[in-house]
Parts: sequence; structure tokens; C-alpha cells
Amino acid sequence: MTVKSQIVGIDGPETLESALRDALYLADDGLSTSAYLALALGKPLLLEGAPGVGKTEAAKALTSVLGRQLIRLQCYEGIDASTALYEWNYPRQMLAIRQAKEDEEIDIYHDRFLIERPMLAALRAPERATLLIDEIDRSDHEFEAFLLEFLSDFQISIPERGTIRAANRPVVVLTSNRTRELHEALRRRCVYHWIDYPDAEREAQIVMMRASSVAEATAQAVVAAVGRLRSEPLAKPPGVAETIEWAEAATLLNQMGETWPRAFVRAIGVVLKDEDDMVFLEPRLEALISGEAA
Amino acid sequence: MNDTLTLPLGARPFVTFSSILRAHGFSVAPEQTTAFLSAIELLGPRTMADIHRAARATLAPPVERQLEFDTLFHSFFTGQTLAAPTHTEDDDEMRVRDADTGMFEPDLSDEVNETGEDATATEALSQRHFTPAQDDEALRRLARTAGAHLPRRKVRRRISARTGDRFDLRQALREAAKYDGDVIHLPRLRRKLRQRPVLLLIDVSGSMKERTEAHLRFAHTLAHTAERFEAFTFGTRLTRITRVLKLKRQDQALAAVSGMVADWDGGTRIGDALHAFLSVPRFVGLARGALVVILSDGLERGDHTAMTDAVTRLSRCAWRLHWLTPLATSTDFEPQTAALKSILPFIDDLADGSSLDRICAHILELSQGEAA
Repeated sequence: MTVKSQIVGIDGPETLESALRDALYLADDGLSTSAYLALALGKPLLLEGAPGVGKTEAAKALTSVLGRQLIRLQCYEGIDASTALYEWNYPRQMLAIRQAKEDEEIDIYHDRFLIERPMLAALRAPERATLLIDEIDRSDHEFEAFLLEFLSDFQISIPERGTIRAANRPVVVLTSNRTRELHEALRRRCVYHWIDYPDAEREAQIVMMRASSVAEATAQAVVAAVGRLRSEPLAKPPGVAETIEWAEAATLLNQMGETWPRAFVRAIGVVLKDEDDMVFLEPRLEALISGEAA
Repeated sequence: MNDTLTLPLGARPFVTFSSILRAHGFSVAPEQTTAFLSAIELLGPRTMADIHRAARATLAPPVERQLEFDTLFHSFFTGQTLAAPTHTEDDDEMRVRDADTGMFEPDLSDEVNETGEDATATEALSQRHFTPAQDDEALRRLARTAGAHLPRRKVRRRISARTGDRFDLRQALREAAKYDGDVIHLPRLRRKLRQRPVLLLIDVSGSMKERTEAHLRFAHTLAHTAERFEAFTFGTRLTRITRVLKLKRQDQALAAVSGMVADWDGGTRIGDALHAFLSVPRFVGLARGALVVILSDGLERGDHTAMTDAVTRLSRCAWRLHWLTPLATSTDFEPQTAALKSILPFIDDLADGSSLDRICAHILELSQGEAA
């Protein structure tokens, strides 16, 4: 029943977690279990979560653990087959027709005229690449439906060439910010994980791991402050990437001679990126950062 | 022979769990159950936590219902009973109800009684009965012509057209191959037009009592003519009514709405309602690039800063934000309340919403002079 595919050296969620740690990504138990199951069952991994919790980073870390190349497909409304799958190289085809000698037969739908787009590239090199389909919620329903064939059978049809099927199941990671509900049919084809903001301790570890210049005390202070910011009703709550940037920016300002709480306040631009949020928090900003009750 | 079809004894609880989930309204496909079993086999049933994580990963409960899922899991596998399995949204003062997540069945004729226990001092929950559908000329005209008159925008997808801004090279090559590589005519592509989504927010508070029925009829008509349409009602709560409006017969749809919405003719907390709307990212997504129409008199009790804030944010997401108020019966209408005055800079149009005729006419006039 189990389709256990070839994953070299990864024999359980714990191994995967420590491998991800080596790739500078701290995964929690849920994520490493889901990712392991996706790899072992040969199913796509669907990661959902608020913007900035590290969904794309997880895909990148997974890619480097597997020692593969990352093929990324950014979704947007109106994305279609010619950007996601393949495109013909029309000028070259045209030239080939014009240059063909009398009685010579040329195949204008030969491989050399085919331009690979991310999904075809992943199908053709399933053991060398992982495919990241990023922000699937931005695409429209038609594209989502079109993905279904790809995700369940790992094959695509090119009218002029026939069906291309992957020799092995490629590793596919989908991410969604959940700006809209994905279709049930898509969800059930995937192994699912909802990524939440990491808890304070883990986030401090992430900051230290990603930004080596940051001192431990700074990392803890930043994480605590970001936690307080997230509990405010903000239009754009800061993600993990913002936490890291804030710690780095404040450290930089501090090295240039700024005193501690002020360095955080001055570097606020890397955390709060919405004018309304700034105006809303401005009067209480220093108190929020230093953790004193306003 | 029969043996191959019987489930191993050890696998039974997991299959039973899937059917329990289905009984609680989670959608679980057979292939998800299979994946769940494979996952347990892979991980080796070491600890309950492993089984729990496998269940979450393969059965994929929606994130709003994860707590409920966990409770079911623990009560099934460990016999523990945890806190109330039902939805916990009591943390905020504004309740959001969404028929589309499968939380509530669309057919909700009696359901309103159950919410009686939630009634607070400030809320007057009630049910409404509507008179049978009347044939209304304005609505019929809307149904006939809205398809052509709702605003459109260009999408990135292209279709072939006689006059287009790009050449269809794929088609050109196919034709050229027939004529030894001579291009005889150049087919063209243009960007496809698509209707903008329409988001309707209907005030059902006491001050709008006379008009809510007409507004819902309007919403029902629009739900069946617009390509992408969403509707919410708000008073002291926010309720998503899109799904029940999809019922074809108008009186049926209205009866279903009547059962779903619990805050008929109560007070108004426009600001809180809009904030509740904006705090759900999925809902904000519905407003993005959309034509947002608010049918409300804008009579906000007390402090109106929350309302101003929310309208400001909403107007930034929306393509156009139109506020139709029954108070604006003449063209030189000047808002008198502080709340309406404060939102004036953020809305694209404050127009007459006093009758169905006027509302329908407003919607139909939208696309005039508006390039996509």
C-alpha cells in the first residue's frame, strides 16, 4: 500500500528535522512529520500560514536537504500553461521551416524548439529538482483545476507531442497565504501542514541561527517585542523574516553608537510596513518594545 | 477471496475515525483515509503524538476547525474529553458566521433558536419572515442587463481576437507550416476581460428595517447574474450569506437567509462589523480589486473612529467603494452625521439607496465611462 519513494538517508521525521536544522531551518514536530510523510508517500506538501512564517523558506531548506535544485513557480491571477508548463520557440521554428531544403522533412515540434517552464522542467528531472508552487491562492480557480492532473498523476499533455509523464514522483511543495479557500480536491491530494508563528523560544533560536551577528539578549528582546506587536490588531503583523531583519538592523545601529531601546525604535521600519499600523502604534511604541505596560 | 477485502483489525479504529470526522462535517476523501493509514504504517505507531500529527497532515482539517478536530481525536483515541468541541469565537465581541466553511448547513430554518443562548444585553436577536416574492421590474431589468454592465477588468490571460495588441505566434506557425513557411495572415491575441468581483455588505439593523427585504432581493438577483459575487449582512454580527443566496428560488433563498442571520433589526455596530470582516484574511481577499457596495444608512451609535478606520482600510483593498444610503434622496445630499462625514474622503461614491429602482440603476450605470 505504501509508496515509499527513494529518500536517501532520511528514515523518519527526526532525521529530517535534524537535516533541516543543518540547512538552517528549525522545523517543529508537525512540519517535519508532514514533510517526511510527503516525501515518503510521494505526495505534494501543502503549506499554509500567515505571510512571513517561513513557508517558502521551508521549501528551500527541504530542497537543500535533498541536495536538489529548486524550481520555483510564482502564481498570480491569470497564470496559464505557457508560463507554467512550456512554450514553443516560435522564431526558431519559423527559421527552421524557411531554411529547410527541398524534400527535407523537419520536425518543428522537436525538443530543441520546446522551451521548458517550471512544471515541465520538474517533470523531466524528478530526481534532480524540487518544484515550489508559491502562493497558489493568488492564481485563479481554473489554474487550480489544471494543477489537479499534474499533482495526482504527475503528467502533462502537450497537444503536438502527447503526454509526458514523470519517471519518478517529483517532490512538490505548494504554499498558500490563505487569502482564499483552496478547493477540497486540491487539499486532499496533498499532505497538509498549517505553519503557525513559532513560539518565543524557537523564534529566538531562529534569529540567532539566521543572523549570526545578533547577541542572544538582543534576539530574546526582539522576539518578545515582536510577540507583543503580533498581539495588536495590525493590518500586517510582522513575520519571522521581519523579526530577523529587525534584530540585524538594530544590532547594526547599536554598533554605530545608538543606545539600546532607541536602536529598536529607529529600526522599526523593517518590522512595521504599513502606515496605518505605524500611526496606530506610534504613541505606545517605546513602551511596547521595552515591554513596559503602557 | 473475501479475506482480501476485510480490513486488518489494527486498521479499523483509523477508518472509524475518518467516518466520525465525516459525521462531524469534515470532508474526508477515501484517498485521505488511505494516506492516513500509510502514514501510520510509515511512522510506526510509536506514540499517540505521531498518530495525531499523521492525522493532521493527511486528513487536513481547515485551520479554524483544528481545535475541534483535536478534541475529536483525543476523545476517540484516548477517551479524554477536553474543553467544548464547538467553535470558539467568544474571544471577540463580534461574531462572524460563514456558511461556506461547512460550519453550518445551508438549510437552516430552525437553527436560529440555538443561538438564543448567545444573546447578550446589547443584542436583540430575532428572526424575520418575508412576504412571497414580488415581481419587480427593476430587478428583472437588473437580471437581464447586469451581465453586460458590471465593471470589467483585463486579466493576464489572452484570447484570439481580430484586433489585438499581440500576435498569436503559435497559431501563425501552425498556419505557416501549411504554406511552406509563408505567413499569409497574422492572427492576434488580446487580453481577456473579466467581470470584477462584487462584494455586497447589507446593513440589517433596526434603522434599515423597512429596506432589508428589498436589499436581500437585490442581493439574490445579483448573486445569480454576477460572475463572482459575495454578500454579507451586518448589524451586531457579521454573517456571510453568499451560499444561501445561490438557491435559485428567491423566497427559498430569503427564508434560508432569515434563518441564518440572527441579528435582524437590532442595533448597529458598523465599525465593529467591518473590522470583523477585515480581520479574516480570506474575506479581505474577497474585497481585493472588487466593487464593494455597502447598503447602509451609516448611523453608527457612539464613537465612529472604528468605522472610519475600517472604511479607510476597506477602500484601499477595494477597486471602488460605494455607499448607498436611503438618506441621500436628492443629488445635493450632504451627510449630516459625523460618522458619514468622516468617511466621505474614503468612499468613491455616496449615492441614493432609497429604493430598489435607484440601487439597480446605480449598479447598471457603473460601467459607463469606466475603462477596465
